[in-house]
Formats: sequence, C-alpha cells, structure tokens
Amino acid sequence: MRVVHGAIGVLGELLVTLGVVLLLFVGWQLWWTDVVSDADAAQVVATIEQQLDEPGSDFIQPGKAKLGDAYAIVRIPRFGARYARPLYQGTTRDVLQRGIGHYVGTAMPGEIGNFAMAGHRTTYGKPFNGVAELHDGDVVLVETKDSYFVYRVTGHQIVPPTQVSVLLPVPDQPGAEPTAATLTMTSCHPEYSARERFIVHATLDATYPRAGGVPPEVLEVKS
Amino acid sequence: MYALLWRVLPGPKLAKVLALVVLAAVVVAVLFTWVFPAIAPLMPFNDNTVGQG
Repeated sequence: MRVVHGAIGVLGELLVTLGVVLLLFVGWQLWWTDVVSDADAAQVVATIEQQLDEPGSDFIQPGKAKLGDAYAIVRIPRFGARYARPLYQGTTRDVLQRGIGHYVGTAMPGEIGNFAMAGHRTTYGKPFNGVAELHDGDVVLVETKDSYFVYRVTGHQIVPPTQVSVLLPVPDQPGAEPTAATLTMTSCHPEYSARERFIVHATLDATYPRAGGVPPEVLEVKS
Repeated sequence: MYALLWRVLPGPKLAKVLALVVLAAVVVAVLFTWVFPAIAPLMPFNDNTVGQG
C-alpha cells in the first residue's frame, strides 16, 4: 500500500512539474521572445542609424548584403512613430527571429520588380503584428544607405503558405514583365497559426535621398 | 520526489528555501536558453514565409 501511495505521489509531482514547464514554455514563447528580439532589434537599428550618420559612411549598400546582413531600416507610421525594425538579407529562421527578412532573389528596395519581405506577426518581436490594420495608402518606409523609399499599400490578400506566386516580379502574374517597383510583405494568418499567410502589397510612391530626410507628411498617419 | 529533495538539502530551513530558489532559477534559465529555443521550431505557429513545402 505504501509503495502504491509513493508511486502515485511521484507521478502527481511529475505531472504538476510538466504542467509548470508547459506554462513556462507559453510564457517564453509569447513574452520572452518579444523581450529578447525587441531589445536586439532596437540595438541593431540604433547601430545602423549611427553608422549611416557618420560622414563618409561605408555602411553596406543593399545590393552587397550577404545572408544575415542588416542593410536597411523599415518604418511603418501606422505601427507607431517609434516603429523601426532592421531589414536583413534572407528569410531564414534565425534572421526572422531578429527582424524583417528580405526574400533572396526578389528585387532590392526601389528596384523595378517585387521587393518582398517576411516578418513575424506574433512572437519574436512581432514586427508585422499590425499587418491587418494597414489601410490602402499607408506608408512603408525603407531607409537604406543612400535613399528613403516610400511605398504605399495597395491591398492585401490571404493565401495558402504554398502560394509563392505572390513573390513574382509582378505578383501572381507568372511570366509578366515588371514595369513598377512593388513591395510584398508576408506574415502568418490567422494570428498564432501558420495555416495561411497574410500578404500586403504596396507600390513605390516616391524616393528621397537619405541626406535630405523625408517630408514630414510622409510620416503622418491618415485615420 | 520533492520531499526527498527537501530532506537531502543541508542546513536550516532558510538555507533549504534559498537553495531551492537558486535551483529553480537554474532550471528556468536552462529551459529558456536551450530547451525552449530547440522546441519552438517544431511548433506549428511560427511560420510566416511562403514557400514550397
């Protein structure tokens, strides 16, 4: 009898321990990954800004970026005046845990063709948490060594994870020759799921030299 | 299990409690640093790219 009691006691303690570990995992995934990634992203953005402001800066040109290099800052006024995330070359898991990733092989910022990027909608700093709140005409600002590229949102769609045609030079039109510089953002949908993808499309509206800054009206959010 | 742990820890009650707090902190640190990051990619809610597969 005492042995059985002891075994049940140990089993109970193991189950309670397992429950606590599972709760810790949820806390880690939903909270701690944001803490770590936000701090990392803020530091990377600050470093990039500092390097860009140096006279005669040799900060990396977008076309020279290798996998995992941060080469631009993405600002989305709709997500808040202080919203700034590093843009990395590549969309590997490691890259996306640190910020926004640029799909290798798609156009570079400002180029004719489709500049495509991916970001987490939940967890790991959730840079694309607000994608569903983006309105048509909202600004996505990409700051590189020499330029500010102002893209404006033109629409969104929800697609299966396998629909790679959203990344084509002219999204969803295989074989078409691009004549415009477009931007495509991919994130997961619904939130906390990976069943589908939330896709935002935008078009290049203006380009400004970095030295002169952007006109303040670009950063205004229309309600 | 935990009763045994309590018994093998040396010292007065306060020392045992402190030792347990430190132990728990070490366990959480190991989970956060190595175990959870290794498990997370297996979870079904962390994908945001489009691709074949």
